[in-house]
Amino acid sequence: MALIRMLSVAFVLMFSASVIAGGIEVREFDDPVTEKRYRDLTASMRCPLCENQAIDDSDAPISADMRERVYLLLQDGQSDIEIIDHMVQRFGDYILYNPRLENRTYLLWGLPIGLVVIGFTVVVLMIRARRHASAKALSAEERARLDALINRERSS
Amino acid sequence: MTRRLLLLLLPIGFMGVAFFLYQGLGLDPSHRDTALMARDFPEFEATTLRDEERQVDQTLLTGDVTLVNVWGEWCPACKQEMPQLLELADNGIRMVGINYRDTREKGLEFLHEFGDPFEVNIFDPEGSLGFDLGVYGAPETFLVDAGGVIRYHHKGYVSPEDVRERILPEVEKWR
Amino acid sequence: MLIKMIPEIGHFALVIALLMAVIQAVMPLAGAATRRPLWMAYGHPMATGQFFFVAIAYLCLTASYMLDDFSVANVANNSNSLLPWYYKFSAVWGNHEGSVLLWSLMLAGWGYAASVFSGDLPRDMVARVQGIMGMVCVGFLLFILMTSNPFERLLPNMPQDGADLNPLLQDFGLIVHPPMLYMGYVGFSVVFAFAIAALLGGRLDAAWTRWARPWTNAAWACLTVGIALGSWWAYYELGWGGWWFWDPVENASLLPWLTGTALVHSLAVTEKRGSFKSWTVLLAISTFSLSLLGTFLVRSGVLTSVHAFANDPSRGFFILMLLTITVTLSLLVFALRAPRVSHKVGFNLLSRDSLLLINNVLLVIMTVTVLLGTVYPLILDSLGLGKISVGPPYFNALFVPLTVVTCVFMGLGPVARWKSMEAGELWRKLWLAGAVSLVLGGLMPLLYGGEWNLWVALGIISALWVVLPIVRDLFDKTRHASSFVAGLRKLSLSYWGMVLGHVGVAVTIVGVAVVSNYNIERNVRMSPGTTVEVAGYQFTMTELTNRRGPNFLADTSVIHVQRGETGRSFVMRPEKRLYLATGMPMTQVALRPGLFRDLYVAMGEDLGDGSYAMRVQYKPFVRWLWLGGLLMAFGGILAVLDKRYRRAMSRKKSADAAPTATVQEATT
Repeated sequence: MALIRMLSVAFVLMFSASVIAGGIEVREFDDPVTEKRYRDLTASMRCPLCENQAIDDSDAPISADMRERVYLLLQDGQSDIEIIDHMVQRFGDYILYNPRLENRTYLLWGLPIGLVVIGFTVVVLMIRARRHASAKALSAEERARLDALINRERSS
Repeated sequence: MTRRLLLLLLPIGFMGVAFFLYQGLGLDPSHRDTALMARDFPEFEATTLRDEERQVDQTLLTGDVTLVNVWGEWCPACKQEMPQLLELADNGIRMVGINYRDTREKGLEFLHEFGDPFEVNIFDPEGSLGFDLGVYGAPETFLVDAGGVIRYHHKGYVSPEDVRERILPEVEKWR
Repeated sequence: MLIKMIPEIGHFALVIALLMAVIQAVMPLAGAATRRPLWMAYGHPMATGQFFFVAIAYLCLTASYMLDDFSVANVANNSNSLLPWYYKFSAVWGNHEGSVLLWSLMLAGWGYAASVFSGDLPRDMVARVQGIMGMVCVGFLLFILMTSNPFERLLPNMPQDGADLNPLLQDFGLIVHPPMLYMGYVGFSVVFAFAIAALLGGRLDAAWTRWARPWTNAAWACLTVGIALGSWWAYYELGWGGWWFWDPVENASLLPWLTGTALVHSLAVTEKRGSFKSWTVLLAISTFSLSLLGTFLVRSGVLTSVHAFANDPSRGFFILMLLTITVTLSLLVFALRAPRVSHKVGFNLLSRDSLLLINNVLLVIMTVTVLLGTVYPLILDSLGLGKISVGPPYFNALFVPLTVVTCVFMGLGPVARWKSMEAGELWRKLWLAGAVSLVLGGLMPLLYGGEWNLWVALGIISALWVVLPIVRDLFDKTRHASSFVAGLRKLSLSYWGMVLGHVGVAVTIVGVAVVSNYNIERNVRMSPGTTVEVAGYQFTMTELTNRRGPNFLADTSVIHVQRGETGRSFVMRPEKRLYLATGMPMTQVALRPGLFRDLYVAMGEDLGDGSYAMRVQYKPFVRWLWLGGLLMAFGGILAVLDKRYRRAMSRKKSADAAPTATVQEATT
């Protein structure tokens, strides 16, 4: 067991000798749009070997290969979706920092949106309840009159 | 009363979260199945390490259950696992190597020094076959069935226990 | 002889501290439950003693580092005789064991402070706070002694020299970032203790809130500075110019910050209006729980992160137990003892109360989103559904819109009245601010680069919308004073705290929006004589040299930079270093900071023919990110210093003073 651990440490060191400032490569692009697409694509793909790093700033050899492939596919005129599919086919969904919407990620994308809806409802309900709480004993007409009085006093 | 019960859901809910975290402790975050599991071995065309005239392609991996090992002379763990691979070859398992991101000279030197369990070695100096296989660091070992479909994947060093407990049973399963 | 025994003395001090913490956890609580003043009186001396002994242990570990005692495993693994003294000093917390010891020291320190400044709180309340703090301390001291002993010896086979501190950590940022961050995390333990004590004692009154507020603000300010420092450190040390990557470790610090921010605001409502009591307590519990959860995520190795500590499953298990026990028990106490029917205070849709409610709801949604994104891969994995990654694109897609919505309400909040207000009044106060924000914010991106960008426009509109209503409010508040300045001086410190806090958020938003969208990056091949132009600056490499540092070798490129044809010129020296003890290569970027732009040059690979790949970046407004953080923290500190809390502290201890204390209305 200890040997395995030692070997795996050696293995990791071998491939990511440092965690810093990789991906400094000189590349020529036909136009700024392609360059931006290259940046966005490499920034949103995870290096499969490193800890938590995008391929655009990792200096692991596999990240260099992946950047090169993204670049070549861009030169080849492929769309972003095609390029992403090309990479996922080989390295799996793990490399996508932007998880795709599918069965297992419905909750990931849905919960925050659901919470916004629930949060909005709760706020509305609470405010309605509180507004009534302050003047429960009064009829609607009385309350309106009281509100008007209070407001007049306030704004004067 | 209902409010109290609702509030009791909080600690219970947290226990649920804690259960997942506990499960997480037992998982290895670096362990991942290959994306090519249960898919055809990727198409390729390459020469072999020993004979630069000989062309091979994916049909090399059909006909029999084959273990494909990705290795390179620069990779220390590859050297460590050679005895296990030789033992697998002795057991009559068909072995094919992929010499990954290496030079012919160094690759042959490696086989000379550490032994050659492989029926044939595919020469992949640019790592393009490795890339199509989703290899991100050697050693990696793939089990390909007789139909050329990838059935099992082992990332990293193959220990004697791995041979006994994982690889041999998988080979039997797909034979 | 005594010097040789330093590690053992430290270890022994920890054991004594643990015993004291146990007594502190048991006696005051038992005393409060059975009304025995003598038992309650154990609290203060135990808190003092525990702080003293943890400090001794900490000093012993520091001494071992300073004296290069490589027989101590922790020193041997994380230091080296060539390391400069200040890095030996900071290396103490550059590793797991040492950082937990620092954490415990701060915990004991906060506990001691809470015990000293417990002024006019009823005695049983103080005893309960001390008891809860004692329990948390027991947990952490046990954690150190059982799984993370920093004093372990490597005898008799001690190494000749140490393995050296990770070069990434040999930096000023590391000296200051972790201590500030831990001060924040740990500071929330005091608020947590106050919350549990209030639940146990069934006393959640105005006095309680007034006590909890300064502690919350102080912890929040520390956490804010800690996060800002961490982002700044990553920016200049990691070499790619990023300042936030939504890494699990970064998220772990953001989570308690978000709930802590919500807590700061909900405490304001609870103090001023007596409402939201249960909610406030729940936030206090959540904030500390999220601090613990963060610790678990970072140190157990369940998530892959660039900041990973050396991981050990037994540590992960211990923290998980600590976390589970703490959270489950406190939520149970909450469920059983939360105020039965909270005192309902009415308010209208248009009121500061409802705006703060909305603020809290939004902050909680943000918290859940970040938490969900952080642990989702783990949950899928443990359900056997495969490995996925959740990274910056996901978080940005959800967090940015939520922030914009929050800003809309942040603009309204400071000018709104408590309880209710008329739409007409709000409109009169704000229409100008709104119009100016929209027009200026919409036009600013055009003035800047000529290239209009929706996100920059949204960012600047949001920032202006946060700031301008406050400016308007300042004028309103000073209208009746003899002069504007005299009026400003009359405003309370907690009002100024709010102003700075909100302005800080606006400043950070401007920084984020501009640097994310107008950052210019060029990767170029450079050799001596090459000139590159980026954003109007000429970068000329004049020389490639090398030098020897105290514990590294470096290739240095000398780059002359000139603005335009005739502007100021200066020299930048990016380096590639090789650290001798670890053999680790490192990129040392050259930075030229400025209030409105940073120039950032990093040296890449040697391309063989005497030239290097270089990354030159122009980063507009990047400093605003951290400037905003500092402003927020400064606001937090001002709020702590407000007169009404100081008065509360100096007041004589008397049980009946608390409920009748008058609330100083400073902000309306």
